Amino acid sequence: MTTAVLTPPPAVPTTPTLPAVQQALTLAWRNVVKIRKQPEALMDVSLQPIIFTVLFVFVFGGAIAGDWRDYLTYLVPGILVQTLMFATQGIGVALNNDIAKGVFDRFRSLPIARSAPLVGAVLSDVVRYVTSMTVLLAFAVALGFRTTQGLPAAALAVLVALAFAMCLSWVFVWIGLTVRSAGAVQGVGFLATFPLTFGSTALVQADTLPGWLQAFTRNNPVTHLIDTVRGLLLGGPVAEPLAWTAGWAALLLAVFVPLAMRAYRRRV
Amino acid sequence: MSDAVVVEGLVKKFGDFTALRGVDLTVARGTVLGLLGPNGAGKTTVVRILSTLLRPDGGRAEITGLDVVTQADQVRSVIGLTGQYAAVDEYLTGEENLEMVGRLYRLGKKESRARAGQLLERFDLTDAARRPAKTYSGGMRRRLDIAASLIARPQVLFLDEPTTGLDPRSRLGMWEFIADLVSDGTTILLTTQYLEEADRLADRMVVIDRGSVIARGTADELKAQVGGERLELTVGSVEGLGRAVELLRPLAVDDPQRDEQTRRLTLPVKGGAATLAEALRLLEGSGVELLDVGLRRPDLDDVFLTLTGHSADDADPATEEQAR
Repeated sequence: MTTAVLTPPPAVPTTPTLPAVQQALTLAWRNVVKIRKQPEALMDVSLQPIIFTVLFVFVFGGAIAGDWRDYLTYLVPGILVQTLMFATQGIGVALNNDIAKGVFDRFRSLPIARSAPLVGAVLSDVVRYVTSMTVLLAFAVALGFRTTQGLPAAALAVLVALAFAMCLSWVFVWIGLTVRSAGAVQGVGFLATFPLTFGSTALVQADTLPGWLQAFTRNNPVTHLIDTVRGLLLGGPVAEPLAWTAGWAALLLAVFVPLAMRAYRRRV
Repeated sequence: MSDAVVVEGLVKKFGDFTALRGVDLTVARGTVLGLLGPNGAGKTTVVRILSTLLRPDGGRAEITGLDVVTQADQVRSVIGLTGQYAAVDEYLTGEENLEMVGRLYRLGKKESRARAGQLLERFDLTDAARRPAKTYSGGMRRRLDIAASLIARPQVLFLDEPTTGLDPRSRLGMWEFIADLVSDGTTILLTTQYLEEADRLADRMVVIDRGSVIARGTADELKAQVGGERLELTVGSVEGLGRAVELLRPLAVDDPQRDEQTRRLTLPVKGGAATLAEALRLLEGSGVELLDVGLRRPDLDDVFLTLTGHSADDADPATEEQAR
């Protein structure tokens, strides 16, 4: 037994990088390694875009637009955002599992930034969001979807959607830290996500809806995001829906980051 | 010698349930304190407060002079925690688990790797270093968990029931690892419901039950509270039992107890081995058929039974649940 293993002074050498950032990146790395070792963790975000596209395009396409090809063009921005909304719930489930397994007790007993485990989780979820959008766009292109605004605008559309998803994921961070079980996270998540995604311009244009629902749909943050993405992929107004999207994203951060941090500190 | 851990009047409530009712304890630097008690006694709550996971509702606690509430961040840099559940990442390898903790301590990539290697070797995990932790046995996971809590060479280590759920062989192995840590000078607060474990590892013990300290001292001091040694004999026949009582009565310091069913005789005695030899001499040639004879000192199970009126594993598990 080598006594050298334990006896040296307990000095912890520090590196000059911002500690909170470094620790969040370390924990994001951990989550990415976990995804790499169990690729089935990406199954939901890989299959969902395909299933949703097939369902809506071929089941409703003929009835709604007369021709499924026309409907595909309208639908892609909607499905892109919708599947992203569902993908953000995963973070709540993952955090809830970490807490149940005691992994968070370890993090909380370490001299690290309080925000690091949560920020790390949000950062690593980028892998899921990018997977979701890549699968969807590749599948849509294979079916004949084409953007009319050029690749830089399409890239911007993906970035805007990604940024919004990262802000929205704080809602599910908070839910994941607050409710008791992973199953409950999904229950609460679907309750919140269903009206927001279906009560938007994802599947149909707002003016086809009854008045009271139009009022909801036009003020729904998901609608603003879909309209932004649609504008960037297919043309149409971008500035106004983008401003709304940015505003909603900022509001989500302002409300749910503090709530999540408080829940994290209190969770026992 | 200074105290590495000082706890005074610690109170913790969970709603209507009072988990701790004013616990006092100290752990001298470089020693092991065994915190003993049945399920639900409040052991885990004490550890969670000392490791800054829970805030106390009353009293105070200091680790190496640092307050666990007002100086929580500094406390975290001098402690290591191994909880009841092996808090390792199942999909990461043993090596990755330790390197991750090293990097969280900002040891740098190279130093984290070196430190992980040292600890894997020390805890006999080198061969399994590159396997995902989910392939590890229960004992290996616990070892990895303890290794993770030692990355930054903590001055004070909390081990919350480190051998619960392990098979007897893994338990013995774990005891050796813990004994090694102590010889390196780490201060340890160990909770356990296994009295044998505390007897073997701890310098001093604090026994808590239902949130209050009910006894403290060394193992010998606790045993002395319960009473002295006993001579236990098993004989071949009921008649032999009567004969043995007659012969041995002069050695007894209190009334002997006899059980005709098991033909067992228990005599409270003094004088240790000499008394045992004397008993054997008295029985020699008496015709009493002696099947078994032994001198028994009280163990901590007796201590617990005497102090609390119930045995260590006979408690309400629901209360410990609430402590989480």
